[in-house]
Parts: sequence; C-alpha cells; structure tokens
Amino acid sequence: MKSLLEERVRKSRIPARLDLIQSLSGLALGLFMWVHLILVSSILLGKDTMLAVTRLLEASFLRPDVPGGYPALVAGAALTIFVIFIVHAGLAMRKFPSNWKQFREMRSHIKMMHHTDTTQWWTQAVTGFVMFFLGSAHLIIIASNPDKIGPYLSADRFVTWGLWPMYLILLFAVEFHGAIGMYRLAVKWGVFDGKNPQQTRKRLKLAKKCITVFFISLGLASFVAYVKIGIEHRDHAGERYVPTAELHLENPSH
Amino acid sequence: MSDKIQIQANGNGPGRKLKFNILRYNPQLAGDKPRMVTYEVEEAAGMTIFIALNEIREKQEPSLQFDFVCRAGICGSCGMVINGRPDLACRTLTAKFPSGEITLLPLPAFELIGDLSVNTGKFMRAMSERIGSWIHSSDADNRDLTILEERMDPDLADEIYELDRCVECGCCISACGTKRMRDEFLGAVGFMHVARFHMDSRDHRSDDDWYEVIGDDDGVFGCMTLLGCEDNCPKDLPHQTQIAFLRRSMVKVA
Ligand code: HEM
Ligand code: SF4
Ligand code: SF4
Ligand code: FES
Repeated sequence: MKSLLEERVRKSRIPARLDLIQSLSGLALGLFMWVHLILVSSILLGKDTMLAVTRLLEASFLRPDVPGGYPALVAGAALTIFVIFIVHAGLAMRKFPSNWKQFREMRSHIKMMHHTDTTQWWTQAVTGFVMFFLGSAHLIIIASNPDKIGPYLSADRFVTWGLWPMYLILLFAVEFHGAIGMYRLAVKWGVFDGKNPQQTRKRLKLAKKCITVFFISLGLASFVAYVKIGIEHRDHAGERYVPTAELHLENPSH
Repeated sequence: MSDKIQIQANGNGPGRKLKFNILRYNPQLAGDKPRMVTYEVEEAAGMTIFIALNEIREKQEPSLQFDFVCRAGICGSCGMVINGRPDLACRTLTAKFPSGEITLLPLPAFELIGDLSVNTGKFMRAMSERIGSWIHSSDADNRDLTILEERMDPDLADEIYELDRCVECGCCISACGTKRMRDEFLGAVGFMHVARFHMDSRDHRSDDDWYEVIGDDDGVFGCMTLLGCEDNCPKDLPHQTQIAFLRRSMVKVA
C-alpha cells in the first residue's frame, strides 16, 4: 500500500541493523563465555582432563604423531571472538552517556529510582568498560600464544606472569555483564514472553540470578585451582605438563 | 473501607505524624532557588498523598503548587515522584509508607511550572503530533458519511481498549533512564500510542510508514530496555511486550 505519510524520504535502515547486530554479538559472546568457562573449569577434574580438553580443541586427534595438534585453531578462535567483541563493544558504547550532563542525569536517576533493571544497566556499562581493556588484553595474549595453553602453562600465567588480578576482575565483569545482558536480550526482544510476560520476566530474573551464582562459583573454584597449581609449579614455570598416561615415555633425566 | 481496616491493622492508624519533604521552587519568581521544605500532617484513615497535599495547602502553605483534577486516577494530572518513584498522588495511600516520611519531587524530564507541578500537556501534545496519534485512513478523504462504519472485531476492540487506558500522566517518561539522558528520545508513552494505532484495523499505516516514525535511535532502537516504564506505569500497561513487539516489527521491515 502507498504510504500515508506526507514526507517521502525513506529513513535509513541502518539503526535497525545496528541494534540487531548489537544484540546478536552480545548473544554470541554470552553463549561463548558460558562454554568457555565450562572448558576452563575442566581443571577441577584434574590436570589430565584439562590437557585432554586443550588437545581436543587443538584437534590433536587429526595429528596423532605429535602431542600438540593445531594451535592455529585456537588462535583463529581467539581472533574471531576478538572481532565479535570489538563489534559488540563499538555498538554498545553508543549507549554510554556521551557527556557530563547525561552522566549526571543517569546517576541521579539511578539513585532516585532504586530500580533493579536500571541499576543493572549501569553495572553493564561499567563492566563493559572494564572488559574493553582487560578482555582485549586477554584475547591478544591468547591469540599470540595459542600453543601455550595447558595445566601448567595456563597456571603459570596466573602466578608467574602475575595475571591473576586480571583474571579475577574479568571473571566478575564477564559474569555480571553477560548474565544481565542475556536477561536483557530476552525482555528486549520479547523472545520468551508467552501468555504471561510478567511472570516470564520474574522467572528470567530468577534464572539470571542462578546463572550468575553458578558461574561465579565455578569461576572462583577454577581460579583457586589454577593459582594453586601456579604456586606449586613456580620453580618450573614454562615447562609443559606431561599427562599421567604418557609419563613412562618421558626421559626421567631432570 | 478495606483500606481503613488495613491501616489500623498495621499500626499506622489515624493520628500518625507524617513528614512530607517537598521540593519547593518557583521558576517564575526571580531569585528563587530549589529547596526541600518539610511539612507535618496528621494521618487520616484512607489518606492519599493528594489529600495530604490539599491539607498542607489549606492549612500551612497556600502557595504550594501541584496538579489534580479527577482524584481518581483517570485524568493523569497528579503524577509526581513519591519516595523516588513516579506515581499518581491521588492513588497513593500514605499508609504505604511505614516510616511516615514521604519525599515529593516534581516529575523530571518535563518543563517545571512550579513546586510539584509540571507541564505534561505540552510534552504529550508534541508526542502526539510526532507520532500522528490519530487514525490515518487511506479513504479518509472520500468517505461516504451515509454508510455505516465497518464493524470491528470485539476482541480487537478489547485489545485496543487495553492500550487506550493510558492517562498520559508521564510517569513512564520520568521513570526512563534513556529519556533522562536523551531529550529527543520518544519515550514509552509514545511507543504505547504507536502500538495502539498499529493495532487498530482502521489505521492504514504500514510497518514501513511506522518505521519513518520510530525507526531510529530517538525511537524504538534508542530504548535500552531498562523497563522503568513497565514497572512504574500506574495503569500497568504492557510496555515491555509492546516495545519488544515494535522493535521486532521495525527490524522485519529493515
Ligand atoms: C568490550 C567489552 C564490552 C563492552 C564495552 C560492552 C558494553 C555493553 C553495553 C554498554 C551494553 C548495553 C547496551 C544497551 O544498553 O543497549 C551491553 C549489552 C550486552 N552485552 Fe556487552 N560489552 C562488552 C563485552 C561483552 C561480553 C564479553 C559479553 C558476553 C559475556 C557481552 C554480552 C552482552 C549482552 C548479551 C548484552 C545485551 C545486548 C543488547 O542489549 O542488545 N558483552 N554491552
Ligand atoms: S503509559 Fe502509563 S505511565 Fe505512561 S503516560 Fe500512560 S498511563 Fe502514564
Ligand atoms: S524500556 Fe526503559 S529505556 Fe525503554 S522506554 Fe521503557 S524505561 Fe525507557
Ligand atoms: S488527579 Fe486525576 S489522576 Fe490523579
């Protein structure tokens, strides 16, 4: 049908696409971070399990002759995530207060309202800002050292490289930001609304809380495990872990 | 009547001293500065903020400015910030506040007339003009007035009526962090009106037409899903589902 509006200038469709890409990139990152932490937490099942996971992700089953597999796969994955991460950050940062007046208005609004969803938007903005720096650093380190992942090498990064504060901050930032973001995605697009959207929203909030508690607990437990290994392994920092099953092949000279 | 019983049952019975902290400021008065002034009122059974304000004006402070017309939650004139949340003064019982201390501010994001009185009318008119808040029919110009209007499906009429309950009080505007930061943002009451006409079978605007109205970052893509509107609309209108619906519709035609 012909438009009823007098002005016939067609509005740009870009804002719609940017909003969708902002959400899809957030969704991709959110899902990735859940899988990522579960993989990282394999250390809780022992060094052998963590090494098996590492090798699996390096597709070492395609290359049974050497233990390393293809670390380039890891670098590729890290770079892909980095691209999504930058796209998401670039789009989401459009929503930051863009001047002092907006900043003040939002702060006073949050203080006046004591309204969870509004306050948590601020949490997202702050954690997003923090992740922009620390997350980038982490991704660049991984992308440029894809072959140096493993029970000892990763633990050495916590302790000997001294990166544990970065990991700890990232853990909290990612888990709060991601869980709030996933909840917001659901209400923003109305994906699970169903017959009783208010009830759905309550359930989503509860789910968000549970997910946050679960992943922060899992993350803290893994953090402690890596730090513990890192401290024990401090004097041999940089050496690779030899899986229990391969110990008899090793030359016991050192 | 049930209010009375409840008030006595929870111990906030008649006779309680209420403390009202009210923002006083008259922008018309040269040299006047915003300040908080405290008034004491003896609570009566079933007292609303509106009743208390009238008592203050009659007995203590004749110059106090605030708006009301219907005293029944219908006209939408008495919106103000009550202990941090925008709400209708005529529908808020003083018994709701166990501490007996009530802070009143004028609705932010609107032009201040004086004290608790703001110019929502001016805003609402501009909003209505911006979105074309009336039926846009393709045969409006050559309608035969001797022919009866087509019947509307009663279910559709009910759905439209549900959204039409908006009293244009402005609470959703003041409860919106996005609106506080960005003056040009349309705001939830505007989205609610768009949703209402979008639903109306007599309005022939297509989604492409609506995109011209709300398809940018001052429109639906600017909404950060803080849901202050959803949680503070005195009429409990379904903001979250309607904004999500508009967002999906606008992305579909992008
Ligand atoms: C560079 C780092 C990041 C920055 C600066 C950033 C910033 C933001 C901001 C400000 C928002 C709110 C957007 C809005 O109000 O519309 C947001 C939303 C979101 N973020 Fe991030 N973020 C970053 C990284 C991440 C990561 C690593 C994840 C995954 C765990 C993630 C997941 C999400 C999700 C799911 C949303 C909701 C998307 C939406 O509302 O469209 N973000 N981000
Ligand atoms: S949508 Fe609700 S809060 Fe907003 S103006 Fe209408 S009645 Fe008031
Ligand atoms: S959902 Fe939030 S940002 Fe969107 S209109 Fe409502 S209060 Fe404003
Ligand atoms: S006086 Fe009419 S809504 Fe309160």
